[in-house]
Amino acid sequence: MLTYLVRRLLAAVGLLLVITLITFWIFFVLPRWAGQTPQSMAAGYVGRQQNPAALQAVIDRFGFDKPLFVQYFDYVVGIVGGRTYSDGVSLIHCSAPCFGYSFKNYEQVWPTLLNRAPVTISIAVGAGVLWLVFGVLSGVISAVRKGSIADRASMGIALAGVALPVYFIGPLLEAMTGQWSTKYVPFLSNPLQWAQHLLIPWIALAFGYAALYARMTRAGMLDALNEDFVRTARAKGVRERKVLYKHALRSALTPIITIFGMDLGTVLGGAVLLEVTFSLPGLGLLAVNSIEQDDFPVMMGVTLIAAFFIVIANIVVDVLYAVVDPRVRQS
Amino acid sequence: MSGRHGKSAPAAESDPGGAEGFSRGPGRRRAPDPEPAAEPAIVNSPFEYELNQFPEFTPGWDVGEARPFLEVRDLRVHFPTEDGVVKAVDGISFRVERGKTLGIVGESGSGKSVTSLSLLGLHKRPDKRGRGGARISGEIWLDGEELTTAAPERLEELRGDKLAMIFQDPLSAMHPYYTVGEQIAEAYLVHHRVSKAEARKRAIEMLDRVGIPQPDARVDDYPHKFSGGMRQRAMIAMSLICNPQLLIADEPTTALDVTVEAQILDLMRDLQREFNSALIIITHDLGVVAELADDIMVMYAGKAVEYGPAKTVFTEPEHPYTWGLLGSMPRLDRAVQDRLLPIPGSPPSLINVPSGCAFHPRCRFAELAAGRCRDEIPQLADNGRKHLVACHVRPDRRRDLFAEYIAPHL
Repeated sequence: MLTYLVRRLLAAVGLLLVITLITFWIFFVLPRWAGQTPQSMAAGYVGRQQNPAALQAVIDRFGFDKPLFVQYFDYVVGIVGGRTYSDGVSLIHCSAPCFGYSFKNYEQVWPTLLNRAPVTISIAVGAGVLWLVFGVLSGVISAVRKGSIADRASMGIALAGVALPVYFIGPLLEAMTGQWSTKYVPFLSNPLQWAQHLLIPWIALAFGYAALYARMTRAGMLDALNEDFVRTARAKGVRERKVLYKHALRSALTPIITIFGMDLGTVLGGAVLLEVTFSLPGLGLLAVNSIEQDDFPVMMGVTLIAAFFIVIANIVVDVLYAVVDPRVRQS
Repeated sequence: MSGRHGKSAPAAESDPGGAEGFSRGPGRRRAPDPEPAAEPAIVNSPFEYELNQFPEFTPGWDVGEARPFLEVRDLRVHFPTEDGVVKAVDGISFRVERGKTLGIVGESGSGKSVTSLSLLGLHKRPDKRGRGGARISGEIWLDGEELTTAAPERLEELRGDKLAMIFQDPLSAMHPYYTVGEQIAEAYLVHHRVSKAEARKRAIEMLDRVGIPQPDARVDDYPHKFSGGMRQRAMIAMSLICNPQLLIADEPTTALDVTVEAQILDLMRDLQREFNSALIIITHDLGVVAELADDIMVMYAGKAVEYGPAKTVFTEPEHPYTWGLLGSMPRLDRAVQDRLLPIPGSPPSLINVPSGCAFHPRCRFAELAAGRCRDEIPQLADNGRKHLVACHVRPDRRRDLFAEYIAPHL
C-alpha cells in the first residue's frame, strides 16, 4: 500500500511537471509565434509610461530575452525553490513556490492564490457535502421506490437540476430568499456567518451536481439490487433495510466516490460560473479577471493550481478506491 | 412401504391444506378425463394421484410421518411484462422428505431456478397497485407452514435459518467487499443473538467443516482470494451455518471444474446426511442428479414432464424430452463415432408457450399421438411403475420407442 502510494505520488510529480511544460508553452511560446517580443512582454509590467530603459530593466529582471528553455527552467526552479530577480541594481526575492509576478499590480502570484483559495475551498467543501448527501439520498429512495411518485418527482427535479445553469439558479434562489446576503466571511473568524453567507452559492452549485449524483446513484442501486450477492443476502434472511444499505448501497457507492473526488478536485480549481455570479473572490473569479487583463503569470498560476487540485484528487480517489474495494487493494 | 401408505391418506385430511385443498386446486377443474379405461388415469399432481388412486405411490422416499416435510402444490409463478405474461412456472407439484434429495432437471429457462426462488420467497412482490413482480399461486407447505401467503417478515425469519440456498456462481453470489468470514457470520448473526466474536468462531468451525484448510486464517480473506471450489465450499458453509432443514442448491457445481465438482457433491451428500436435511438440487446436468438424487423431476417450459424415483427416470425414462436430455449427455462408454443427439430447436418462449404439449414442436414422436400433442395439454400420469409422465404417447408405446430408438444410442 505504501509503495503504491509513493509510486502514485512520484507519477503525480511527473504529471505536474508535464503540465507546467504545457502551460508554459501556451503562455510564453505560443504568444511569441503570434509576434510577441520580450519588449511587449515587459510592457505588461511597465504599463502606460513606457520608455526603453524601463522596458529593458524589466526584460533583464525577468529574463524575457533568455532562451525559452532557460526561462522554463527558471520558472520550474522558482516554483520548487524560490527565485531572486535581479536587474543588476536591486534584488527582489520571491520565495518558493514562486509563480512570478502579476503584470498588473506587481504582486507575487502565489500570495494572491493563497488569498483566494480559502473562498474556493469553502465553496467546494460546503457544496460537495450538500450534493453528495442529497444526491445519494434521493438516488437511493428513487431506486428503492422505483416508479413511485417520489421517484418520478426527484428524477424530474434532477433533470431540471442538470439542465439549469448556476447563473440561473443562483439569482433565482436569491430572489426567492429576499435579502439573504452572499459574501465570504472567513471560516475561522465566524463559522456560523461563513455558512450562512455561503448557503445560497452552495445550494446553487450543489443543485446541478446533486441531480447528476441522484441519477447515478439510482442507476447504481438498481444494478446492485439485481446483483447475485444482494439475492444471497436476502436468502440469508438479512432484513430488507440492511440489505439495502449494507449490501446494495455499499457496492453502488464505489463509482460515486470516484466521481465525487474528481468533481471536488475540479471545483477546487475554481468554480468559475458560481464565483462570477455571486462575485465571490475565489480562484475562479481570479482566473476570469486575469484573462480579461492579459495577466499571463496569474493565468498560469491559476491553471497550475487547478491542475494540482485535480491531480491530487485523482490520487485521493485511487487511495479511497483501494480502501473501499479489497480487490483493488490486493493488486 | 406400501403398508404405511394406507395410513397416509386419512392423515392427510388433518393437513391444514389437506384434501379440501386439492379439490379447489385450479388444476383439477381443468382436467377432463377423456382417456379410455385402458389408459392410465390422468392426474394433475402426484399427490392427488396418490390419495385418490394409487395410495401405494410415493416416488422414492420412505414416508414415516403423516405429512411430508416439504410439499409444493400446483405452484405457479407468472411475471406480467409488457410483452405478455411470462409463465415461468406453471403448475408444478412435488414433495421432499427430510434426509431425501429431489433433483429438478431441465434446460435453461425451464423454470427450475424460479421454482427455487419462490420456495425462499425471493421473488419481488407486486406493488400496491398490483404491478410488477411475480404473481405466485399454489401452495408451499414447509413443515406445516404455508409459505406463499406468509408475511415477508416471517419469510425473513425462515430464510437462512430453516431453509437455505446455495447459489450457482459463488463469485457473484458473494459480496466482493466483505470477507468470507463476515459473510458467513452474518448468516448466523441474523438468526442468533450472539456476539460477533462468537459468530466468527462459528464461521471458522463451518469453514473447517466444509474442508477449507487453515480456516482461522482464511476466514479473513475476501472472496476473490478463494478459488472457485473454495468459494463454493464457503457458500455451502454460509447456507449450512444455521443447520437448515431444507437446503436448495441451484446449479451448485456449474461454475466449477469436474474434479472440484465431485468433491462438492460428496461434501453436500455428507452434510445432508449429518444434518438430515431435505435437499433440492437444481441442475441441467443429469450426472449431478444421478449422484445425489432420490427423486427426479424433469421440467420443461414451466411444467413437470416426468417425475419419479431417480433410478427409473434414469434407466427407463419415458418422456421424449428426458430422452433428449440423456442423449445430449456425453458419455465415456459411448463409441466415439456415435454423435451426441441434441434436442432440435431451442426452449420455447414462456410468453407464447406452444399449444398442447409445450414440447411438441421439438418432439420427434409428436405425430404418434394423432394431433393430440398439438391440441391438448398432457397431464402427469402414472405409467404403472410409480413414475409420472406427461406425454400423449401410450406408455407401452413409449417403452418400445425407448428400447428401440433411444437406448441403443445412449
